[in-house]
Amino acid sequence: MLEIIDFVSNNWSEMLGMTLEHIQLVGLAVGIAIFTGVPFGIYISQRESLAELVLAVAGIIMTIPSIALFGIMIPIFSLINQGIGFLPAIVALILYSQLPIIRNTYIAIKNVDPNVRDAAIGMGMTTFQRLVKVELPLAAPVIMAGVRMAIVLTIGIGAIAAYIGAGGLGGYIARGISTSYAVMIQTGAIAVSILAISVDLLLGRLQKKLSRKSARA
Amino acid sequence: MIEFKNVTKVYESGNKKVTAVNDINFQVEQGEICVFLGPSGCGKTTLLRMVNRLIPITSGGIEVEGKDIHSMDMIKLRRSIGYVIQHNGLFPNMTIEENINVVPKMLGWDQSKMKKRFVDLMDMMGLDAGQFQKRYPYELSGGQQQRIGIARALAADPPVMLMDEPFGALDPVIRDHLQNEFLKIQREMKKTILFVSHDIDEAIKLGDKIAIFDTGKLMQIGTPDEILSTPKNDFVRDFVGDDRTLKRLTLLNVRDLMVLIDGFKKNRLNHDWHGPVISINENLKSALAVLLTAPNGEACVVDDHHRKIGVLHVSDFSLLTEVHPKDISIVR
Repeated sequence: MLEIIDFVSNNWSEMLGMTLEHIQLVGLAVGIAIFTGVPFGIYISQRESLAELVLAVAGIIMTIPSIALFGIMIPIFSLINQGIGFLPAIVALILYSQLPIIRNTYIAIKNVDPNVRDAAIGMGMTTFQRLVKVELPLAAPVIMAGVRMAIVLTIGIGAIAAYIGAGGLGGYIARGISTSYAVMIQTGAIAVSILAISVDLLLGRLQKKLSRKSARA
Repeated sequence: MIEFKNVTKVYESGNKKVTAVNDINFQVEQGEICVFLGPSGCGKTTLLRMVNRLIPITSGGIEVEGKDIHSMDMIKLRRSIGYVIQHNGLFPNMTIEENINVVPKMLGWDQSKMKKRFVDLMDMMGLDAGQFQKRYPYELSGGQQQRIGIARALAADPPVMLMDEPFGALDPVIRDHLQNEFLKIQREMKKTILFVSHDIDEAIKLGDKIAIFDTGKLMQIGTPDEILSTPKNDFVRDFVGDDRTLKRLTLLNVRDLMVLIDGFKKNRLNHDWHGPVISINENLKSALAVLLTAPNGEACVVDDHHRKIGVLHVSDFSLLTEVHPKDISIVR
């Protein structure tokens, strides 16, 4: 324990940099995943026939072991000379984030009270107005839960991305293992865990706030 | 005015065809409430939802205010028709004011006009505008929510309203109260209203006309008196119930019966009357209930200012044989 504290106090500025790198990696990946996943979830909620297929594909991607997915990324991105580094890591993390975000968006919109939807249509809202004014605000807490799940998930998987040179706190774990430096491995592991837990708590609060605003009838 | 012309709806599932609405023809005049009555699955709600094109018509046509609904833009059509449903369908994410202003906002009204309309509608509904403005639907009671649902449908002042069992989920006391308020409002608004119900008493109370449906077919359409006095077939007779003669009494009040009694005023009036008392505005069914339990079958009638004006006897009801509300209005 003391050794870890020692390690941290000697390397804190480097750790801070790695933490920021980690946050950047996860933030960018999930940010892009929201921009693709939410519209996709909305789209399949309107086209029932597609929903099963899309959710199945997203589910399959999520079951691919992360180290294997990173492995697959390398030859593909080598074609554009980006085989290792930030880009393949981001793409893998975006793929992992898709399932929780698409699935929660789809379920949240499907679960909007059918009476509320009927009233919205009957009063003459267009599909777009119905989505923006009624369905998305009501779905927000559940979509947020999906985003939260995706973020926590990618903080963990992001640690492994260090193996393909993406940086982040996983760097300590990877370096520690290759040099048999136990304190470094432990510090990296604890730091990733603390990051995941604190972000989860923070987002939990945000989610609660959202649910309160759209309190059910 | 709303006109149904050979309206038919056929649902196809696999190779089975189910006719939900079968060749319906009738019209509802300007300013009338027409109640669609029938058991569940009779097609009344389907027919209602075809008017604002929530359900497409298989064949035939519907005209609203003289225009074929299919010649109009669907979104414009819906915004020009008020729509109220049983479980109010208020938007939980919007305040009461935002809920009521949904259609005016889509129609591009300016802020001050919307504000004024909101206050007027809340007044009309007997709710305090300032108190409810910023509140959310879940903070309101069921009766209040339903009133907001009606106010929201009225917001853009549509000439036509569709109401699908709007009072169906309320307890009997609140329902009765809201029905009375609704009638009072309608007397001023004169909207053309289609009103779905499965409750014969509600239909008699609210309807200028009642249309009775069974298995997608129109069984009979007429005034409550016509439906109750001359049911067209066994289905209608069964549906309105064995007590239809008693129900007819709710269509008339004590004032109407007095018109039929010769020299009512001089008749039998004793100024130190201590027996039961009936208001001149009471409907004849309630009046009969009072008379049946009164000593000698007599009760004193009082006017709006509680002045005693005569005595009514249970035997006076025999004058009602073969009398219809429309005859009374001619005598008066």
